[in-house]
Amino acid sequence: MKSEIQLAFENCKKEKRPALITYTVASDPNKKKSLEILKSLAKYADILELGFPHSTPIGDGGQIQTSSHRAIKNGFKMKDAFQIVKSFKKTEKNKPVILMGYYNMIFQYGENKFLIDCKKSGVSGIICVDLPWPENKIFAKKCKKKSIVFVQLLAPTTTKERMKKIIRDSDSMNYLISILGTTGSKLKVSPKKILENYNKIKRINPKKNLVIGFGITDSTISSFKSASGLVVGSLLCKTITNSLKMRINPATKLLKTVYNLKKKII
Amino acid sequence: MSLRIKKGIPLIDQYDKNCMWGGKFGGNFVPETLKKPIDDLTKLFEKLRKDKSFLKERDDYFKNYVGSPTPLIRLDNLTDYLGGAQIWAKVVSENPGTAHKVYNVLVHCLMARRAGKKYVCTDTGAGMNGKNLAMVGKMLGLKVKIFMGLVDIKRQKKNVDVMKKYGAEVVPVTTGSQTLVDAVSECMRYFVANCDTTHLVVGSAVGPAIWIRICAWSAAQISRELIVQIKEEFGKIPKKLKLLNCIGGGSSALGFWNEFIDYDKKQVELIGVEAGGSKKSKKHAAPLTNGSKIGILHGSAQYVIQDADGQIGETESISAGLDYPGISAIHCFLKDTKRARYTSATDEEALNAYKLVSKFENISPSLEPSHAFAEAIRIAPKLSKDTVLIINSCGHSLKDSIIIKSKLGYYTE
Ligand SMILES: Cc1ncc(COP(=O)(O)O)c(C=O)c1O
Repeated sequence: MKSEIQLAFENCKKEKRPALITYTVASDPNKKKSLEILKSLAKYADILELGFPHSTPIGDGGQIQTSSHRAIKNGFKMKDAFQIVKSFKKTEKNKPVILMGYYNMIFQYGENKFLIDCKKSGVSGIICVDLPWPENKIFAKKCKKKSIVFVQLLAPTTTKERMKKIIRDSDSMNYLISILGTTGSKLKVSPKKILENYNKIKRINPKKNLVIGFGITDSTISSFKSASGLVVGSLLCKTITNSLKMRINPATKLLKTVYNLKKKII
Repeated sequence: MSLRIKKGIPLIDQYDKNCMWGGKFGGNFVPETLKKPIDDLTKLFEKLRKDKSFLKERDDYFKNYVGSPTPLIRLDNLTDYLGGAQIWAKVVSENPGTAHKVYNVLVHCLMARRAGKKYVCTDTGAGMNGKNLAMVGKMLGLKVKIFMGLVDIKRQKKNVDVMKKYGAEVVPVTTGSQTLVDAVSECMRYFVANCDTTHLVVGSAVGPAIWIRICAWSAAQISRELIVQIKEEFGKIPKKLKLLNCIGGGSSALGFWNEFIDYDKKQVELIGVEAGGSKKSKKHAAPLTNGSKIGILHGSAQYVIQDADGQIGETESISAGLDYPGISAIHCFLKDTKRARYTSATDEEALNAYKLVSKFENISPSLEPSHAFAEAIRIAPKLSKDTVLIINSCGHSLKDSIIIKSKLGYYTE
């Protein structure tokens, strides 16, 4: 059986556009609101990444750090992430959700229990920022057994030889980090250069869906239309922060943001 | 299966294919972007540690810049006052940067030069690591960027002034508790974004495995000197020797103990002293003493202060250099193999130790080594006169003069 993630990509391919993938943080700004936000985003996004916030996120820039700290301060516990996904899936059955976060949280929860709860709540995929290949081989296998897509990350520093090995061991979706930097960095390299690199990697195995993330905003997204999928995170976290400052409902504001993003890639 | 230390093999090489000690400490829990820089640095280190010209260059700087050996002195008055074991100090702080951090910093800067990197970045808590990198960086023509928590910038201002005087850029870190843990995170983020041009210096024996190894390898100079000095003083290694060292990330202790690992622990006891925090507070920075669980912090599996979910816990210590929730993977290994014993001293005990040592002796340890002195003061009266306690006095107190003055009402340099 094909995974929901696979189906989402196929659907986008039919429509000749990249999948729009959003990233927000569970319990940002609180548990209830973050569910409402997911539902807003689901109106235009194809795949939803939900971050489980960590206190010490070494791969994240300012915007996602702010969201993470806000969520933790507002009482986030790991079980909340699963409850949010479960409630979401009740109304949005076919919309795939990918959980994303740092390994210590999975390690403390217990890999096996984590995967059982992913399955129970309807999580389709996992991205673990600091569990690179080959250290992730055992965990990735466990995911595969449970039909959960373990998304491998590729970076501008990843050598060609290493790329091939990672892609060989990967599931149906991989994630290319566009530039040297944390999330929310400015695109230091031209979209053309990034796409050149993207195409080279894509050719290693054209069947695998390769998405691009980091530095994708409303002003850069239209340059990457040829990719299988595009991830937008920091822009959304920043929108939540600004909405809170202006005392407007972040879910309403994000609906507009995600509509705008979608418009630029169709 | 119980963990064992292999004899005759440096501790820094006792890791497995996942770069873990004892199968559970250390590793490389890093974003994919850092895999290649880690690989490159590991290859460079393995090459240079066998390269005679590199070792000579290193030793020349150790001799002519740091000054080798740093003094080993007997603390007669303190010994008489406590009336038990003989108390000695290795005054590692007697170097231009007034702390042991100089060894790691020098090796990294020499490596950066060989790698053709012009920029170096680091974290700092007490400011000792930052100050040393600023000084050595300037000497070797490298551009230096230092990440430091805002709380530490304020409480260790004296060191910040030195960093700036030597032309380093000090970047204030305002996230989280605004102390060392946040500075290390921010420095790693900076490195993720700039690993093509910049060489990362981690300020202690923490972080991904290669930084732990380079740091411990560099600081080992302390115990190479010490073992010679002990043999000169006593003719041999005493029957009852105890080596006491404060533990933040654990770099000074690893350097102090390195040559003594293979001795029987009944002969050479290794005692690590963590920061217990204020007597009145529940917060501390002593993951080994207080039985914290294994978790991942800054790319490495280690005993770390955290909650049940895996969120890293806040710490509190009067000593900025020890105010860190984690601990070197190698110390976790030494704890589980029972080669070293770990305990903690409170803020009050450390201050009291500073008071006694600076009153009785001609040295003035900073608040970090004052934690190790505190343990010496606790145990010395109960020990026999043929027991030799040596404390690594790894930092000078000048940086702490404001804190000490506010707590004691006076400060003696
Ligand atoms: C003087 C001094 N001692 C000890 C430490 C703690 O570090 P480590 O445990 O790595 O020696 C520091 C850290 O800043 C320091 O400045």
